[in-house]
Amino acid sequence: MRKVAVIGAGMTKFVRRALETPKELSWHAAKMALDSCELTMDDIEATCFGTAPDAFDGVHMNGEYASDGAAGWGKPYMRSYVGGGTGVFNPIQGWYHVASGMFDVVMIVAEEKMSSFYPHAQAAFVTIFDHTTERALKPNLLWIFALEMNRYMTTYGIKKEDIARVSVQHKRNAAGHPCALLGEPNITVEDVLNSETLAWPVQRFDVSPVSDGAVAIILAAEHVAKRLTSKPVWIEGVGWYLDSAYWTNRDLVYPRYVEYAAKMAYDMAGIKEPRKEIHIAEPYDPFDYKALHHLEGLQLADRGKAVELYINGTAARDGNMPVCPSGGLLGVGNPIAAAGLMKIAELFWQLRGEAGERQVPGQPKRGVAQAWGDLMQVGTVVVMGR
Amino acid sequence: MTLLERDPQAPAAWRGNLPVTSRYTYGIAGEKFFRALKDEGKIMGAECPTCGITYVPARAFCERGLSELTEWTDVGLVGELHTFTLVFVDYDGRPLYEPELVGFVSFGDGGIVHKLEADPDTLEIGMKMEAVLKPKTKRTGSILDIQHFKPVK
Amino acid sequence: MTSRIKNFPGTSLSEKDFADGKALFVHDELKADYAWDTGVGIGAYLASLKRGQILGARCDHCRKIVVPPRTVCEWCFKPMSEYVPVQDTGTVNTFSLCYVTWDVQRITEPEIPAVIMLDGASELSESSVIMGGIMHKLGEVDPKKVHIGMRVQAVWKPESEREGAITDILYFKPI
Repeated sequence: MRKVAVIGAGMTKFVRRALETPKELSWHAAKMALDSCELTMDDIEATCFGTAPDAFDGVHMNGEYASDGAAGWGKPYMRSYVGGGTGVFNPIQGWYHVASGMFDVVMIVAEEKMSSFYPHAQAAFVTIFDHTTERALKPNLLWIFALEMNRYMTTYGIKKEDIARVSVQHKRNAAGHPCALLGEPNITVEDVLNSETLAWPVQRFDVSPVSDGAVAIILAAEHVAKRLTSKPVWIEGVGWYLDSAYWTNRDLVYPRYVEYAAKMAYDMAGIKEPRKEIHIAEPYDPFDYKALHHLEGLQLADRGKAVELYINGTAARDGNMPVCPSGGLLGVGNPIAAAGLMKIAELFWQLRGEAGERQVPGQPKRGVAQAWGDLMQVGTVVVMGR
Repeated sequence: MTLLERDPQAPAAWRGNLPVTSRYTYGIAGEKFFRALKDEGKIMGAECPTCGITYVPARAFCERGLSELTEWTDVGLVGELHTFTLVFVDYDGRPLYEPELVGFVSFGDGGIVHKLEADPDTLEIGMKMEAVLKPKTKRTGSILDIQHFKPVK
Repeated sequence: MTSRIKNFPGTSLSEKDFADGKALFVHDELKADYAWDTGVGIGAYLASLKRGQILGARCDHCRKIVVPPRTVCEWCFKPMSEYVPVQDTGTVNTFSLCYVTWDVQRITEPEIPAVIMLDGASELSESSVIMGGIMHKLGEVDPKKVHIGMRVQAVWKPESEREGAITDILYFKPI
């Protein structure tokens, strides 16, 4: 397998309702990614596109629809889709395009325009439940998260006010992100605990916002990357894994799908002790407890202990292992597929020392990004290093 | 190896739908294109100086090089009939009482699919077709601000 | 690079922009009506619900009983061995008190969705991460008193009103 580097990245602001169409959001991100490494469309040999269920953008076959803005014209072009895991699967798809030797330079674009679903995108999620055996109960998407969060916090005896620290830290981190929708430099745990209860134990500020946005990165084979940049960021490991589609047939307390995906990625990257060898973590955080859940799946904390990383400062931007220095989905926003790829872009900028206000100190060498999706059953993991 | 069998009392099907309702914004290019159609009665194209392609309807960017398209031009209301069809069924497959004429009218390097108002026997590929707009007061900023295309007399 | 770029693209609109005509838009809906075939496993499940029984399926290879029944065991990929009725009693594995409906309407009396591990189906244990649980709602209970581990039983619709649906069980109530 050939070595693969990220050499460029671009993104739009994440906003609640964008004027731009999905094509135009994709175009903005793709164009910025090209400009960031001074390439043109002629240099792109293939394109990988990611977007979550068609219901959000409201375009059947959204991959084909958005292809012109997503740099798909005249290229081998393909959309990949693993629900919320898409944004981190996308670069994996791009990785095997390049690692295999098929292509030297590949564009990766992820886009979501959730505001098209009107009046509220949450209602689209009723369709992810089994149409015959579950939808008749009229489930809200929040059910599944609230059920998992309750199982997780009750099993380990974790307090809500400690879980709220995750939301606080991510939203504060996001205050330094120029694309963030919910950067809140002064938010407190009390604010989270006082926010509206949606589906106990889930409150409004435990949840990431519905958003519109797009992100793009460019991958290159080693010989090309070294020619184009003095600061390539290597994709050192990739992993993806699926658990049972019957979500009520497994214990919601622990994300095994993340564990197996992480182990696959760590093996490939030669990582034996992730807690020492990973300097920055970008776990998927659509809900605050979810970041904790995923940190445990990523083997960066013992089961039920991830919250201690927030309590003792390890997860802070200047801690020993900063978590979501970007601001995460809770702070930057959650345009589903784009949100996952945002984490990859963040690692790219952090590892190059280009994250500006958000820069993690100490010249970090290695990071991990993870996303999760489908019916709570898929884990996608990418390890990046310089 | 035996397989589980179907329960003879099982209902054959479970009925339902996908309740997807959308509000689509027109976007950067759509705002300009449809406001020009609504307010000025113009069909706008956008030219890419690098590729020499004129996109109609106008777009925000060139799909070939991803450069921003800033040179917008009025391409007029008369295009060329690229192809047409006479439709005898509706989208559920039911017969139409009156068959419907639909055509693709090319402008620049693009064009518009729309209804045609003509005697089908007189239509020829390549003939000039003109957009018939709704009166200005009735236009809302929609592709239906064009009522139909008709042959240029 | 984020440190170098001052203006990121993306134009934020408010609801007022739509109301004021500053943003053009069009409403539409996906017309997608379906008759989903129930198939073998789910067909049997619905037929048994109509009879007032919850049906699972057993895999002799994995020694698991899961609900709803299915024809293939996804863990060993062998055909499921047999339909097995399970009890209509069980244990609350987890629950929520939900104040919004599926289409985001606020409600004052919470719905109580729960995952219920059914008696007679596989249970979680040291050696098993697979359980026979289903999603349903709890009723006839003070929301404040619901807890994980609570024992519950299905409350069925009268037989004459059952139609072969998961809603033939109205909810589960504490035993």
